[in-house]
Amino acid sequence: MPKRTDIKKILLLGSGPIVIGQACEFDYSGTQACKALKEEGYELVLANSNPATIMTDPEFADHTYIEPLTPEFIEYIIKKERPDAILPTLGGQTALNLAMKLHEGGVLQEYNVKMLGADYQVIRKAEDREQFKECVLKAGLAVPRSAFAHNLAEARQAAHGIGLPVIIRPSFTLGGTGGGIARDIEELERIASLGLECSMIHEVLIEESIEGWKEYELEVMRDYKDNVVIVCSIENLDAMGVHTGDSITVAPAQTLTDREYQAMRDAAITIIREVGVETGGSNIQFAVNPIDGRMVVIEMNPRVSRSSALASKATGFPIAKFAAKLAVGYSLDEIQNDITRETPASFEPTIDYCVVKAPRFTFEKFPEAKDILGVQMKSVGETMAIGRTFKEALQKALRGLEIGHTGLDNKLDYKTISDEKIRQRLVEPNASRIFYVKYALQKGWTIEEVARLSKIDPWFIAHIAQILDLENELIKNAIRGKSIFSTALLRKAKEYGFSDAQLAQVMNLRETAVRALRKEAGVITTFKLVDTCAAEFEAYTPYFYSTYETEDEAVLQIERACAAPKGKKIIILGGGPNRIGQGIEFDYCCVHASFALKSLGYTTIMVNSNPETVSTDYDICDRLYFEPLTFEDVMNIVDVEKPDGVIVQLGGQTPLNLAQRLQEAGVPIVGTSVLSIALAEDRAKFARLIESLGLNQPANGSARSVKEAVQIARRIGYPVLARPSYVLGGRAMKIIYEEARLLQFIDEAKEVSAGHPILIDKFIDDAIELDVDAISDGQETFVGGIMEHIENAGIHSGDSACVLPPTTIGETIIAQIKEITCRLAKAIGVIGLLNIQFAVKGRRIYVLEVNPRASRTVPFVSKATGIPLAKIAAQVMVGEPLSKYHLSDKLIEQLRHVSVKESVLPFSRFSGVDIVLGPEMKSTGEVMGIGATIGEAFVKSQISAGQSLPKEGKIFLSVRDEDKREIVSIAKRFERLGFLFVSTRGTAKALRAHAIEVQEVGRYDQGGGDILNLMTLIEQNAIALIVNTPSGEGSQYDMRFIRAAAILHNIPCITTIQGAREAVNGMETCRTKELTVQSLQEYYRVGGNVSCAAL
Amino acid sequence: MIRAILFLEDGAFFEGQAICDNGESAGEVVFNTAMTGYQEVLTDPSYAGQIVVMTYPLIGNYGVNKEDVESDRIYVKGFVVKEFCRYYSNYRATQGLIDYLKENQILAIEGVDTRALTRHLRVRGAMKGMISTQDFDPKSLTRKLDRLPAMEGSDWVKEVTSKEKYVWGQASQVRDDGQQTIRYKVAAIDCGMKRNILRILERLGCEVHVFPANTTIKEIAAIQPDGLFISNGPGDPAAVSYVIDTVRQCVGKLPIFGICLGHQILGLALGARTYKLKFGHHGANHPVKDLLGNRIGITSQNHGFCVDISSLPASDIEMVDMNLNDQTLEGIRHKKYPVLSFQHHPEAAPGPHDAQYLFGYFIEMMKDRRDPKT
Repeated sequence: MPKRTDIKKILLLGSGPIVIGQACEFDYSGTQACKALKEEGYELVLANSNPATIMTDPEFADHTYIEPLTPEFIEYIIKKERPDAILPTLGGQTALNLAMKLHEGGVLQEYNVKMLGADYQVIRKAEDREQFKECVLKAGLAVPRSAFAHNLAEARQAAHGIGLPVIIRPSFTLGGTGGGIARDIEELERIASLGLECSMIHEVLIEESIEGWKEYELEVMRDYKDNVVIVCSIENLDAMGVHTGDSITVAPAQTLTDREYQAMRDAAITIIREVGVETGGSNIQFAVNPIDGRMVVIEMNPRVSRSSALASKATGFPIAKFAAKLAVGYSLDEIQNDITRETPASFEPTIDYCVVKAPRFTFEKFPEAKDILGVQMKSVGETMAIGRTFKEALQKALRGLEIGHTGLDNKLDYKTISDEKIRQRLVEPNASRIFYVKYALQKGWTIEEVARLSKIDPWFIAHIAQILDLENELIKNAIRGKSIFSTALLRKAKEYGFSDAQLAQVMNLRETAVRALRKEAGVITTFKLVDTCAAEFEAYTPYFYSTYETEDEAVLQIERACAAPKGKKIIILGGGPNRIGQGIEFDYCCVHASFALKSLGYTTIMVNSNPETVSTDYDICDRLYFEPLTFEDVMNIVDVEKPDGVIVQLGGQTPLNLAQRLQEAGVPIVGTSVLSIALAEDRAKFARLIESLGLNQPANGSARSVKEAVQIARRIGYPVLARPSYVLGGRAMKIIYEEARLLQFIDEAKEVSAGHPILIDKFIDDAIELDVDAISDGQETFVGGIMEHIENAGIHSGDSACVLPPTTIGETIIAQIKEITCRLAKAIGVIGLLNIQFAVKGRRIYVLEVNPRASRTVPFVSKATGIPLAKIAAQVMVGEPLSKYHLSDKLIEQLRHVSVKESVLPFSRFSGVDIVLGPEMKSTGEVMGIGATIGEAFVKSQISAGQSLPKEGKIFLSVRDEDKREIVSIAKRFERLGFLFVSTRGTAKALRAHAIEVQEVGRYDQGGGDILNLMTLIEQNAIALIVNTPSGEGSQYDMRFIRAAAILHNIPCITTIQGAREAVNGMETCRTKELTVQSLQEYYRVGGNVSCAAL
Repeated sequence: MIRAILFLEDGAFFEGQAICDNGESAGEVVFNTAMTGYQEVLTDPSYAGQIVVMTYPLIGNYGVNKEDVESDRIYVKGFVVKEFCRYYSNYRATQGLIDYLKENQILAIEGVDTRALTRHLRVRGAMKGMISTQDFDPKSLTRKLDRLPAMEGSDWVKEVTSKEKYVWGQASQVRDDGQQTIRYKVAAIDCGMKRNILRILERLGCEVHVFPANTTIKEIAAIQPDGLFISNGPGDPAAVSYVIDTVRQCVGKLPIFGICLGHQILGLALGARTYKLKFGHHGANHPVKDLLGNRIGITSQNHGFCVDISSLPASDIEMVDMNLNDQTLEGIRHKKYPVLSFQHHPEAAPGPHDAQYLFGYFIEMMKDRRDPKT
């Protein structure tokens, strides 16, 4: 049957901000779905609150709504757009939950909107653990023994029946929020009560612990004709007990015989039919007892998931695209496999390589949190590596993580680690366990012993042992003085995935020397194709990975492509795995660059290692190399591609860090030169530049020793802002008020800065911070957007809410800022994008930082203004003049709306972590609120960020002395809105002095008796909003427990006076005016701002 | 490490290392794209006379066991992989794959760029090849390959069929409606029968009398079977005229069910032609459309020859299954008689179980014969 003609207009739901457990994989799937549905001629309405996504680019849908993903706002959109159908299975758990609520609220029925892919009953069956379990049992399959609990008494009873340890899983949550393993009754009570609260329906499952069992996942697709295929099987290296998002995983499954695999396949098919997912992709998890092979079903996602993205990238089978096509009525056999162009999509990919996914953690950002892994996901990103063997893929994945490892190397000397420490790191799953497997083997522990302790299947450990054996052989050779290895040994090392840098350590040579040596010996990388069919059919995909074999298919394809001459060739280097400070925003820029350069007739080549991204979709570029972003891996690609240019300024710090070495190796870098990049990064040179231009900069210095640091700080005076150079996201950046803290900081920063100096700036208190994104062609510069931070200077710009256009800065200052930006761009020699941070105090403008590269805010600015900055920048980098685009300030001045960007923080994932922001970036993602006034935009941004401001109730106010004056006026406004107050002594006194009624409470450790205790109030959910501005570092500590409790109880928490001001602004707006929704296309039309004609 | 070479008849060669030094072995080189099931592949008699290249690079991960065998021994002439696993992991494993291959004296090599080799075979077609650990001289290897008969026209069935008749699943029975027990007696012509076919028939309540391939209709009739099964097997179907003759005589007299080579033999017996595919179908991911039920199954496949659709006598035979990758014939049915056969492997092993329901048709045909009223 062809596509459905009874529907014309479809509403697609996105997944909102990037959070742990829901990252840019849903931009990938949503973008694929947009393309597929537009291709079929449907009118597409899109809702997503995340401006950094490709899917929210105005050209991907007919009506793009950057609005909060809540039932209320989606109802507004439905009311306005009247879509025939809603597709909720491509926007992660967020979209699925949203659709469920819309159904439960009767909205879908009222407006006659059909659910595509899976209907309400099906989603319930799959998501509700009780119903799902029934389904599985009905299908004759096994599940772990379990019972449901809706309160603590039921939980205790269930655990008693099953026997401890048990796993607690809340129903209807994201990424396992609120779950955990309980080994004793206290743990049970603690985790279960939390889980009950996290669950949308106040239900938890108490389950037999199958910790240590082998964990598998199958990606399944079904069409309306009931054809089912398995796209990919995945085996987890970490056994059951570690969230699959935090596990190292391998595709395909490795240790199942055909019988066992087919039994699992049969089970998956039975389940998808029993649950009744009509069309699209699902993911089903299994656990297998390693002792006797008993297989139990764990759970199912009736939607495209993170694993679907991984499976798509691992096999070349575009799950999301096909899911969209199936949803509108196609069957699998009616869809063509793009890769072979002649076989249908109704087949199962077979692969002839091994894929390893490794999670990227950011525990270093949250020093209070332990890096122990469990059933709740904690990783913020992932990298995928492809190799011909597991050994090769594993080592590529580990160096692709960009956490300072060159492979499965020896960052620590195993001899210095105690047996006890190793045993503990093996037993307790943690972020660096894979390295401890190696350390244990180096100590001579047997494969079986390591397997027993870690519960990792010995198959994996045996491969690590092989890597170690080869390393020992290499070392033996090196000791014997044969620094020049035999070609055979060198080749074997490369086949085992050893990087040149790793070999350099072993051979005691420089990496470049190893590279030269091996090229001379003819040990040269070959590229193989990802083709879904193990070469059985001719493939047209331009999707490659490197390995060491005899035949190079990239060379063959390049030759074929050369026969039909195309324009010049540009390599775009992506950003690698997501991390805090470097995520989807940079992928957005890379993808835009590819679009923009393709439209100029260039051949574009993408290099990236992140399977969650749009950039690693093989139809974004002319050729895709799925490779780690290291010097060696990039050079190997440069060697075969011989590009006319390489773009390093769009993928964040990762490619920028490679720029100098690439240039030294003769690679043509386009855009801002390496010299100019260095000029902006080098504090001394930069300070001279600022001085020569007559600009201001906070007093500063760069220290290479402790003594120097102390001297500088004394010279410029405390407080100071200290940080290592050459890092992104303000890694390890701190505001320091006294010398003792400075010394401590320097000690801690050593590991982060890796030999680079430590930068010390005078911290400017109480300034307004501004962020500017601009493009320059070397002559002309265009300021694309000026954003005013809502928080004080000192909070990392990535974490700070900001507003565009600025609201409290006068025109004179704005004009000055534009002028300074243009002068700086020219002086530095920027060709491409440029981001400058300013601090304004009174009439004085300070230049805080200049980054001659794409910034995190580029997509936000582009969405707010309709000016595609990244596209223009990419074209400018290859030589197009800026004048071509007819950009003028008018384009921005005509806009009649205000945009607010708010950041989304992962604190709820890291128990015990304080939520106060500082100069080190901690947010994982961002949302955007658009409105006619800043109040409206701010409220929308808060709702999108999950910080729904209350309409009534008690507000807890506790502010530092400096803020006491302003809090009075804010409190009066809150009072007029009908709010009541509770306060600690100091603030209460200030409020009472102005006749504001307030109830005084003790803090968490005070009170008792007659005095109300704040902690109790929080636990009773009696507090609607917390406004708590902490003063200097010492007293900050007092309130951290309160803020942590606020997170647990989902109480919005404001930590700056500016934030409080905007909150009251927003609440006043809500009272006077009903919030409305508008599409980007409408906003741009009103502003007379259509996307750049030249693009 | 023992240097080894896979030399192909077109002069191309691929280097690798042998797992043990046992000389030379020649056969037709084919590639298999299944990611699991190497033990089933090795012991499948249909691979007699062939050197099998596994496209999945890591082979031996789960060792070998006593159960996952499709016959009593290994039939492949040689085994070519990217990397053999040295440390197997599976609770059922009883031995490592390398030991198993050594014990059975199979010439197996690793370290080969199997993807390049597969691409070569895809472009140039399946061809003769020789694995050698001794002779690396192209001229001499070519001479040796010249002497090897081509797959086309070769009767490999006689090499693999059982020498004597035997019974599988004696007194096998299933409960029907909770009341009656029924039992079908199946005569099977063994052209190299995979054991999973026997296991499935037994499970469905069949007692299978397995006959050597050169058996006669008289011998078959003597046991008074409910149905005739023609098995899979190696080589060119056109070369086993004795089986074709027997089958031809049985059409109309007994329900007949054929798989793979059995299907080709049936096609020939009914007047169709067979031809050799360029590189065949060997894997576990081929989509096949059941034209009667209008559903798609992912099937296990292993064949180098194929029945020509255009040669089917349209008055008697209809196509019931089609391969969606290349639109080749996957199943036929006789319009008058209970005769049904499939090119793919409903018994899987290795591969998906999507087509296993087809055995049900065989049971139904036998049931109808016994009790024509229903």
